[in-house]
Amino acid sequence: MAGVTLRGLRKSFAGTEVIRGIDLDIPDSRFTVFVGPSGCGKSTLLRLIAGLEDPSAGSVLIDGDAVDHLPPAKRGIAMVFQSYALYPHMTVYDNMAFGLKLARHGRQAIRERVHRAASILQVEPLLSRKPRELSGGQRQRVAIGRAIVRDPRVFLFDEPLSNLDAALRVQMRLELTRLQAELEGTMVYVTHDQVEAMTLGHRIVVLNNGAVEQAGSPLELYHRPRNLFVAGFIGSPRMNFLAASLAGVGGDTATVALAGGGRLAVPAAPGKVRPGQRVTLGVRPEHLNAAGEGDLRLDGIVLVAERLGSETYLYVRLADGQEVTVKAAGDTSIQSGDQVPVGIRGGACHLFGDDGAALVPTDVQSGEAGPPAS
Amino acid sequence: MGRNIRRVAARTGFYLLVGVIVFYTVFPFYWAVVSSLKTGSALFNVNLIPARPAWGNYVAVFTQQPFGRNILNSVIVASATVAVSLVLAVTASYALGRIRFRGRSTLLMVILAVSMFPQVAVLSGMFELIRTLGLYNNLAGLIVSYLIMTLPFTVWVLTTFMRELPRELEEAAMVDGASPWQIMTRVFLPLLGPAMVTTGLLAFIAAWNEFLFALTFTLTNDMRTVPVAIALISGASSFESPWGRIMAASVIVTVPLILLVLVFQRRIVSGLTTGAVKG
Repeated sequence: MAGVTLRGLRKSFAGTEVIRGIDLDIPDSRFTVFVGPSGCGKSTLLRLIAGLEDPSAGSVLIDGDAVDHLPPAKRGIAMVFQSYALYPHMTVYDNMAFGLKLARHGRQAIRERVHRAASILQVEPLLSRKPRELSGGQRQRVAIGRAIVRDPRVFLFDEPLSNLDAALRVQMRLELTRLQAELEGTMVYVTHDQVEAMTLGHRIVVLNNGAVEQAGSPLELYHRPRNLFVAGFIGSPRMNFLAASLAGVGGDTATVALAGGGRLAVPAAPGKVRPGQRVTLGVRPEHLNAAGEGDLRLDGIVLVAERLGSETYLYVRLADGQEVTVKAAGDTSIQSGDQVPVGIRGGACHLFGDDGAALVPTDVQSGEAGPPAS
Repeated sequence: MGRNIRRVAARTGFYLLVGVIVFYTVFPFYWAVVSSLKTGSALFNVNLIPARPAWGNYVAVFTQQPFGRNILNSVIVASATVAVSLVLAVTASYALGRIRFRGRSTLLMVILAVSMFPQVAVLSGMFELIRTLGLYNNLAGLIVSYLIMTLPFTVWVLTTFMRELPRELEEAAMVDGASPWQIMTRVFLPLLGPAMVTTGLLAFIAAWNEFLFALTFTLTNDMRTVPVAIALISGASSFESPWGRIMAASVIVTVPLILLVLVFQRRIVSGLTTGAVKG
């Protein structure tokens, strides 16, 4: 297994730059997830690593060696495609064995490797079937099996679960985590689903407009988003943003005046931002409460109460017209149309400057922490 | 009650129409079969089924001219045309269907445009070409000239099929280490099978039936293909048309086509209707 390093990677299609200079270290034997909205370039980035696209500039290193001149098959990678891309006219066995046959491995060696992969994925009873006789989940396993038999240095997954139904997706997610632990493989996984990213990844790379917005562990991205985009993208339902202006600075806290009235002390280092300038206050639904507890209380009216059983999401319009989402208990008696006091705790808030960058207190500004031990 | 009557009438009308169409298409062949079994003046008596079928015409076709040789010529020319067309069309369709390059759609239109020229328009130019190449009165000349009829539609049909094959399939094969040639032969060819059978058969029929080029580009009896040979069957004098022998020859050359179509029937239907390869 091996790490992947991207150096100044750029890619243009017909004059449009879709990858705008990416420098990234993908750690060895870890599960790394590229996540971002559609069109952010995450699939292109994966295809650049695979060698299915040639970079316009920059270079890809696997295990420290530049692989830019190598075709996909020689890079020691295996790829699982969104549509599975199984060969329709071959049996499951032949699908998994195809690459090994082309590489002229011995018949016995091929048999052993295919059967080992099939037993890891529990598809042994299906080996003589054709892809069209398999369910979506089974096809997905075979596609992963085809990757495993290649014994690659790096596994690449291009939105492999997006064609499965919700229940199967959760199950395959667990299996992928188990598989990664079992194979101790370097896995790079592309998805647009932040829940998939949070649950699968040791390390998440948030991409937007062909550039890395932030890379770090799931909790790091959740607790210390570097900018508005990451703050809004990670977490579900998304973080609430309230317009505010900077009122005062003192030590590791900044005092902000909300557009709708009220002041709040937030842990932040405003840096170059001067009092009076506009800032954005970010606070997650789970850090608001509908009981009015906290450092600041805003009045609002509940537009919709979404009951999920274990919790309730209240969509509240505040007095100044801004809307926020508030997480409440599953059995709360609050209904739509009710007046509620929304309580904010200053310590749980994030502050963003006019340019979208987080105004982070100096003690956590040091950047990425390493991936957590799993 | 009224609705019932209307339904019966509609159904009767439908089967009547089917009957007319079947009669219209099958009758000429039936007439050829019946006529081929008659000799002499019996030809001019109207019998739906000949009382005493005479097989003499079938023997005479082979004894009075090199008809066996003509059939062999047709088989060689048609098979070679199909083989060359398919090899060229499959490789061309891979490029036209899979690779982006400048002028691709123009090239496709030009290929289609080639098939719009009437044969007569290219006949004299083609004749010069064939003679310059030294292929006059040679089966190779026919094969070369038939390609201008068969290639346009084989390329077009196969390009359409090739485009419908998912791109990820090709990429999966690339990751598996397949060369472009192996992607063609091990992944695409098996999937293009039905389309190739269909277009190949159509090309075979076109080459088998072709008359004008075959008449113009051959000189001697033993270089002729079947359609020309049949047209030039002559009787004892120029005032006699040996209808019996002509009909017998027609029946003989129709049978292989019918057999081919029957053998590949299932494939043809699936080739014409389903293009998509659903994994």
